[in-house]
Amino acid sequence: MSDIRVIRVLVADDTDTDRLILETIVRQEGHEVLSARNGQEAVELYRQEKPDIILLDALMPVLDGFGAARQIRALAGEELVPIVFLTSLTDTESLVQCLEAGGDDFLSKPYNRVILQAKIKAFYRMRVMHSTLQAQRDQIALHNEHFMQEQVVAKQVFDNITRNGCLDSDNLRYYLSPLAVFNGDVMVAAKNPAGNMVVLLGDFTGHGLPAAIGAMPLATTFYDMVGRGFSASDILADINNTLKSILPVGLFCCAIMVEMNCNKPGMKIWNGGLPAAYIQRSDGQLEKIKSTHLPLGVQGSNDFRADFQRYAMAPGDRLYLWSDGIHEARNTQGEMFGEERLEAVFRQAEVQTSVFDGILNEVKAFVGEGEKSDDLSLIELSMKSPAAIDVAPRTSPSVSARLAQWRFLFAIYPPSFATFDPLPLLLNLVLEVPGLRRHSGSLYTIMSELYSNALEHGVLDLDSSIKTEPEGFDRYYQLRQERSAQATEGYVKISLVHETHPDGGHLTIRVQDSGAGFDSSFTDTHISDYSGRGLHLVQSLCDNCRVLAPGNIVEAEFSWHADD
Amino acid sequence: MSDMQHVNHEVLADLREIMAGEFNRLIETYITDSHLRLSQLQRALVVADYDGVRQAAHSFKGSCSNIGAARLVQLCQVLEEAVNIKQLEGLEHQLVELHAEFQRVQYQLEAYR
Repeated sequence: MSDIRVIRVLVADDTDTDRLILETIVRQEGHEVLSARNGQEAVELYRQEKPDIILLDALMPVLDGFGAARQIRALAGEELVPIVFLTSLTDTESLVQCLEAGGDDFLSKPYNRVILQAKIKAFYRMRVMHSTLQAQRDQIALHNEHFMQEQVVAKQVFDNITRNGCLDSDNLRYYLSPLAVFNGDVMVAAKNPAGNMVVLLGDFTGHGLPAAIGAMPLATTFYDMVGRGFSASDILADINNTLKSILPVGLFCCAIMVEMNCNKPGMKIWNGGLPAAYIQRSDGQLEKIKSTHLPLGVQGSNDFRADFQRYAMAPGDRLYLWSDGIHEARNTQGEMFGEERLEAVFRQAEVQTSVFDGILNEVKAFVGEGEKSDDLSLIELSMKSPAAIDVAPRTSPSVSARLAQWRFLFAIYPPSFATFDPLPLLLNLVLEVPGLRRHSGSLYTIMSELYSNALEHGVLDLDSSIKTEPEGFDRYYQLRQERSAQATEGYVKISLVHETHPDGGHLTIRVQDSGAGFDSSFTDTHISDYSGRGLHLVQSLCDNCRVLAPGNIVEAEFSWHADD
Repeated sequence: MSDMQHVNHEVLADLREIMAGEFNRLIETYITDSHLRLSQLQRALVVADYDGVRQAAHSFKGSCSNIGAARLVQLCQVLEEAVNIKQLEGLEHQLVELHAEFQRVQYQLEAYR
């Protein structure tokens, strides 16, 4: 509908004189006229011709103006059709009756041509505006629907990426906002080849597509690297660098990452920008783990620190992580839930198992009935006793690779000690043997223990009795970092030799370090005779494990069978 | 009674301008209309259809105002109001007055043709 078109005006009046005058005026002003002599004719004429504006005499036989107005309104539906009553009525009550019957305005007799023209023009403009508004409203609704559909598809892509994670483990309870991914919240969890659970909770700034787009590379990097046995620090640094390169300035991801070790019971935690995580011990004591880093995606690789804080934990202890949805939940007065109320939930919980539900219920009660209280994310991680270690890697190497007879030699020198972790490389190599794939957990543990021992005791000369002291673990790892960084000589040499048999194969792992070993009287010895250097775990996993003279070489043998 | 004009010369001049060639037709239409209205009024009064009296007076008032016959408009208004407040005595007299005034108006309008 444009302004260029001729305006079509319906005139209904039972007095010939008045109708004649009105028709003439309207026609003279340049509009098209449709004439009716009573209300019924007016309704019929409207139905057939759909004019732009209706001028209705109030008093007419057959059907009066009020009745005609009602019927025309019903026929018009959503369309805006201006109705102007023609009237000599002057008392307010009658004029009110006109408006209540559906009239938009009235024109009094005697007809004033200037006033009439002004009303026609004004109402026509209103009609055009109304129909434009409706067209735009319909367009917006359509776009909204498309956008919603796109979000559903994007969410499905994300869910496919996270499908093989371990969010459903029995020691992990979580609550994820129904708006997750698009409200910026991301939760990923997986087990690495050593059997440790690694969890990352992220909160991207922003909403909608920009927040969701960051979640994809975060999740794929996470699952890929965890499955390949990379350390939590390496994974975190990689994710940070990826996000730094793809997110525009001002967008970043507050996150907490946790690696849970059931064998040396404890958790390593990194908090960059999220509210403090809580550890609740089985005796009810609370320990808070505050944010000590900038969020992911802010600092470049030179400045980013992926150093984790270690916390010893016993079975029964629990760790709670959350995004800021809980602290920032508001009630009808605009108050925030805040940290005090959260702490109160912990103190008031009767049993430890009711804390999780307690948090959700308290937030819901605080926000109020009928209000949205579910835009939050919460994870509860419970420390359990050591679980089975054999876990298939998430991404398995190509099935067609067949490595049969081979020998691999690898040596690491400073300054690589502090910055390079050879385990992923070694693990991936070993997994190229189809028969060894089922044993990836054991092999990872064996190689990891042997390498750690060689580096820490052989090259860096660390004393493992430090670990038994209070705060020992922290001190030990700090020393490890320092000495690795400062080392200027030394090496760790790793050799892998594999041969196949008719019914399976045999892998020999030998790790040699540049340390002094022991005194010259030391001869090759079976591990069980030799109580130092904590290699009992390794021995339990392989067929045979020996320490060779002068004590700086450890050899482990592992065989596999085709019908394992 | 005669300080009000029977017809308004300005209004008629305006109408002549608006209607152009149709002016005479307008005058004829008005006169025919008015006769009909007055008969309608009469009949309603005879059968004591006071609502009918009021409506006819109201409609007649409309066309008279468009034509600019101010005195007729006033008489119609008085008649309307009388019926509204149920002052039913003397309605016949008012109708006679209405007829008389209309004669004068018609006479003056003829001069405009």
